[in-house]
Amino acid sequence: MKRRDFLKKSILVIAGASVPLSALQMVDPKKVLAENLDIHWAFLIDTFKCVGCGFCVKACKTENNIPFEANVTRTWVERYVYTKDDRRYIDSPKGALYGYTDPRIDMGMGEYKEIDPDNVGKAFFVPKLCNHCITPPCTQVCPVGATYKADNGVVLVDRSWCIGCGYCIMACPYGARFFHPTLHVADKCTFCYHRITKGMDTACVNACPFGARKMCNIRDIDDPITKIIMNQRVGVLKDEFGTKPQAFYIGLAQEVR
Amino acid sequence: MIEQVAQHAMQVHGEAWTVKELFVLPNEYIYWSIQIVMYPFMTGLVAGAFVLSSLYHVFGVKKLKEIARFSLVFSFALLPVAMMPLLLHLQQPLRGINVLMTPHFTSAISAFGIVFLTYSFIVASELWFEYRKHFVLTYSRLEVRLDLGFFDNLRRLFFKTLTLGAFDISEEAQEKDHKAVKVLASIGIPIACFLHGYAGFIFGSVKANALWMTPLMPVIFICSAVVSGIALCILTYVLTQEIRKFMARRRIARWAKDTGAPSFEELRGAEEQEVRTVSNYLLYFMIAAITLEILDLIFRGYTQVKSWDILREVIMERDFFKIFILQYTIGNALPFLMMIWPNRSVRRVTAASVLILFGVFMMRWNVVIGGQAFSLSFAGFMHYHMPIIPHNWETFKEGFFGALTVMITPFVIFYFLNKIFPAFLKDDESVEEFEGVNGKSAPEFSATRPY
Repeated sequence: MKRRDFLKKSILVIAGASVPLSALQMVDPKKVLAENLDIHWAFLIDTFKCVGCGFCVKACKTENNIPFEANVTRTWVERYVYTKDDRRYIDSPKGALYGYTDPRIDMGMGEYKEIDPDNVGKAFFVPKLCNHCITPPCTQVCPVGATYKADNGVVLVDRSWCIGCGYCIMACPYGARFFHPTLHVADKCTFCYHRITKGMDTACVNACPFGARKMCNIRDIDDPITKIIMNQRVGVLKDEFGTKPQAFYIGLAQEVR
Repeated sequence: MIEQVAQHAMQVHGEAWTVKELFVLPNEYIYWSIQIVMYPFMTGLVAGAFVLSSLYHVFGVKKLKEIARFSLVFSFALLPVAMMPLLLHLQQPLRGINVLMTPHFTSAISAFGIVFLTYSFIVASELWFEYRKHFVLTYSRLEVRLDLGFFDNLRRLFFKTLTLGAFDISEEAQEKDHKAVKVLASIGIPIACFLHGYAGFIFGSVKANALWMTPLMPVIFICSAVVSGIALCILTYVLTQEIRKFMARRRIARWAKDTGAPSFEELRGAEEQEVRTVSNYLLYFMIAAITLEILDLIFRGYTQVKSWDILREVIMERDFFKIFILQYTIGNALPFLMMIWPNRSVRRVTAASVLILFGVFMMRWNVVIGGQAFSLSFAGFMHYHMPIIPHNWETFKEGFFGALTVMITPFVIFYFLNKIFPAFLKDDESVEEFEGVNGKSAPEFSATRPY
């Protein structure tokens, strides 16, 4: 065979083979499994049912070893008060750790605002926690990959690898992250990973006396909570950031950010 | 008492210097404090000093010859300081190396290791080519002496190592050196811009922060970086020249006693010429920086998106003094007028440089601290009280004295670097000396002048 012929035929073989070969794909088994995983955790909060008792905050701090007196928390409850003269007041003293026993609004800097009960137009409580977003900005910005999204949708922090730069805290639009006061690494809600992976509810869901907090597997369409998310009108926080939050709210007011 | 101790031990990072007003989310604090103000400020100085030196090497602005060499050395002195604030800010400083070891490439910070190291290598090799002849000459000068003491011997070995075995200082070899410097400087410019542009990207890409998120941020950062870098080079250059002038007049230093040493008048002449030329470039970059910053502000005010209500309150009311008086008036407008005013003198340009440095620092402050002055809820504010007197390690490193340490370090490093890379080395001086005494091979060199 001449060199010219050899080259010609080689080109022909390569060209002919490349068409069917391009149809082949490198498949990462992990990726396929993750995409078809039968568990993806989501959270449902019914703001109509929340009374601001703060049991969830207490339970969370106890369960997850977040120092009680430290002014950071994995979950918190906000109080919204609208007066009839169109003023809005929001507060969350100590993240509602001790519940809303004081009718005065905490205005910060040691000031409290007395509100005439007759002047209150509407008032409600909004529990908050990490939204475990589908596209979390916090994991995107971690310079060492210490925070990551588990296959089942939960966003976690590797405490042994976090360098404590605070970039994830800055990147979270929901203020769900903070520095752990004693471990000095980024910390956040884990959906009580150690509990849910054993078939238990999260500490806050367990502690809520009124069923304002619910947890579900959003891939399981027979799950009653999944059904609520699918069939009722639910909202998410700050969807303009494109984070696709997985904590859904019933009765979300537009002022809640 | 015990409760107090417990309370103190439970103090969250950021709580010591944050005061919350109205509704701020429970986990919100000013997590990025003074060191993160220092970080872009210092990297800006590095990038700016390098760009200034490249003006001579790449674009051949002959008038900048002396300050170019100076700013290259100074840029090298600033380099290690650029990462100091980051390390001081980390909650786990010992794990800082993880950024280099396991970079997570979707994060802007992970680029730090790569860009920073590339940049360091470029500056270091440019310095080496620039000073190779000096190394060879210093080495050969020491080599021929017989009365070397312990330290001189160490110096001889040190300079021998620095030459990396390249002793050839013929015309052709020097020509190659110059070419290498030029190539490195031209690669260095985009990398210097990238080094600082990405620092801007770190802030500009945080979508959660209404003040930071703008694609203009990297460009603004680059322009203000060059401004601050040039201003610092002018300032340091003038300061060292003043000291040299003082020494030349009084003949204090060893070099000043030499017959061939530059006289007081020569030094003054060189100083005036360099400073005049550099201040022109300073003006150009200042115009670019201010234009972009004002554009950003006007755009926000004009489009009035959701966040504008709270931003307006922060920019126009709460931080008005810091932004419009300290940053724009004292830090930009005043030095600008001082420099465009006819008959600019070295003294006036130096004073303007100090104000410009202050202005750029305030700009970093207003971006970093200002960006955390309002809550994510848009319903509350946070006030930053920088710790002055430290009462623990945290309030030291993220307080006034931590920032001061970062400020002073480059000058200390420069002092030592200057011993190895004399920033005011004169080309012709060493060439004459070399050619006048011997032929080609350096070790045969027989000058006995103690240096």
